Amino acid sequence: MIAATHPYIEALLKGYETPRGGVSWLNERRAQALERANALTVPTTRDEEWRFTDISPLTKVHFRPVAAAPKLAMADIAPFIAPEATAHLVFVDGIFAPELSANAGLPYGIVVTNLAAALGTHATVIEPHLARHAGFEQEVFAALNTCYLRDGAFIWVARNQKCPTPVQLLYVSTQKEAAAYPRCLVVAESGSECTLIEDFVSLGDAVYFNDAVTEVVVGEGARVQHVKLQREAGGAFHIATCAVAVAKDAQYASHAITLGARISRHNLNVAQQGEGAEVRMDGLALVSGRQLADTHTLMDHARPSGRSKQLHKCIVGGAAHAVFNGRIVVRPGAQLTDSSQQSRNLLLSGKARVDTKPQLEIFADDVKCSHGATVGQLDAEQLFYLSSRGLPEGKARNLLTYAFGAEVIDRIPVPSLVEQLEETVLAQTQTVDQP
Amino acid sequence: MIRAGAKVLLEVKGLRAKVAGVEILKGIDLIVRAGEVHAVMGANGSGKSTFAKALAGHPAYEISGGTAAYDGSDLFALAPEQRARAGLFLGFQYPVEIPGVSNSAFLRLAYNTMRAVRGGDELDPLEFHDYAREKMKLLDMDASFLDRAVNDGFSGGEKKRNEILQMALLEPRLAILDETDSGLDIDALRVVANGVNHLIKPDNAVVLVTHYQRLLNYIVPDYVHVMGGGRIVKTGGKALAEELEARGYDWVSGKPNKDPRLLLT
Repeated sequence: MIAATHPYIEALLKGYETPRGGVSWLNERRAQALERANALTVPTTRDEEWRFTDISPLTKVHFRPVAAAPKLAMADIAPFIAPEATAHLVFVDGIFAPELSANAGLPYGIVVTNLAAALGTHATVIEPHLARHAGFEQEVFAALNTCYLRDGAFIWVARNQKCPTPVQLLYVSTQKEAAAYPRCLVVAESGSECTLIEDFVSLGDAVYFNDAVTEVVVGEGARVQHVKLQREAGGAFHIATCAVAVAKDAQYASHAITLGARISRHNLNVAQQGEGAEVRMDGLALVSGRQLADTHTLMDHARPSGRSKQLHKCIVGGAAHAVFNGRIVVRPGAQLTDSSQQSRNLLLSGKARVDTKPQLEIFADDVKCSHGATVGQLDAEQLFYLSSRGLPEGKARNLLTYAFGAEVIDRIPVPSLVEQLEETVLAQTQTVDQP
Repeated sequence: MIRAGAKVLLEVKGLRAKVAGVEILKGIDLIVRAGEVHAVMGANGSGKSTFAKALAGHPAYEISGGTAAYDGSDLFALAPEQRARAGLFLGFQYPVEIPGVSNSAFLRLAYNTMRAVRGGDELDPLEFHDYAREKMKLLDMDASFLDRAVNDGFSGGEKKRNEILQMALLEPRLAILDETDSGLDIDALRVVANGVNHLIKPDNAVVLVTHYQRLLNYIVPDYVHVMGGGRIVKTGGKALAEELEARGYDWVSGKPNKDPRLLLT
């Protein structure tokens, strides 16, 4: 039943159909999520977790659930597909488009398909994890996503299997005022390896809302590299939660690049569930105009001997606003944790703004935790050096701005994306207004 | 090489300059003609690096008086990048590190900028790589220099070689080399000096800013100028540098010397 306490959530839930038939455990989880979506309210800047991020513009748009997606041609989406990603799934306005996807020819033990299909074939893999890691008790957007959970992407890499090429999930948005709920579950069994690319793009410049949830399970000794590219349309809203469970001796690396959307929020919650896990969290937000890009990360060191390394960078031009909240929790007993966090921010104009907040909560005594945050402008000596070699000032500024971002981009494990992003960032820095 | 009737590249008259409101240069006069090598020497704080940076247009240096004509036009009317494109080159005393920008991309960008000015075709990355490799041989530089970030993690000697490599690529008409010898061991000094010597041609000129005479053993100057208190206090030939080496800067600065007889010379 829909009985939302907040009119905006009620509007988003309008036309919601209670699931009938299908998998009973999933129906239960969806019902629980609906209950929470009804009970929760849209966060405001009075909520600590949303202190710097005013999402009220989101509630002023009348979004509606997507009924049907337009048929796209391969040519429409081809420019977005990384050549390395021989396996890719395409979702148009949140709806799986099998005719645009490619998942044949994968080695035995590697499954890349849509969730609805996988529920029939891999229910025993999915059931323990789907909607189990991304909590929706207090998170209205995760609750909304979960109550709409019917389909999504599913990647399974069996024990000790290595996925030879990156898997790309391409979310294409086309319709105005559409609210889509992209969903993804990745299960990398023990000793396995895979690289995942989540890519949010748009055709046209509609105002739409993507409310995404991703769950990644990294089994014992497994290795997952996760690239997230948020290049939504300039007027779009993007709120995403990624929950990662990392087992003993597993490795997880996130490379999150934020370029688009009017307002975006990226929550990355990594739970270290076994000893000796290693986590890398890289982030780059490049925003200008009136964009707002918020990244909230949580590194939860729950077990001993975990290592985490985080570098988050923001390049902020125009009257844009970037927010970074990096929470690191070291629980009692998580001895020998080695954690570092760096937040580096570049302001390109007098009106640009960044709020950066490290948040360390350490409850173990034999740990190494470091953090640092800097906010600055382009270096005058570097600028002079470049101009003394004949480079025009604008070009010199672009090059230095680009270089600031390159540190994050260059570590992305997919060469074609590195190249593409280098070009994107160079082009975007050229349009960033100068102070 | 001093030649009668050679074209005047740089004519500085009564140059005064301030840093953070303090006047450092107090009236410098200097004429540099094509084909000449000038050494500007002086004790620490004499203003020689300020002179170099002021000519290149460093924003921290404010010109407070005097003129500088470069190739007949007003140097100070040009922005730093325009000076560079007109053929003025500053070899930095402390080359700036730029992490995130590959040396090859930076060098190619600078090179192609100059090519465009001079009406040549731009080189693509592969063509440029070959071209740069040729120039790097001159400086005994390994190809891996191109793949590293600009000066990032370079040793002092590597940075200076990278400066001279830029000079070789950009082919300036007037190169001002600010303490290119500092921080070099004797072998590196020889390599760098040899590189510079290869680049000296009848239609360009070099101004060497240096504290020590030893660089001048390898790059022989036509003129030696000694700075003190923000002015050029003495000008002579190569012999002047040797004399300075023997007597110290106090000899020209006018400070009392321990041996009063030396003041008579």
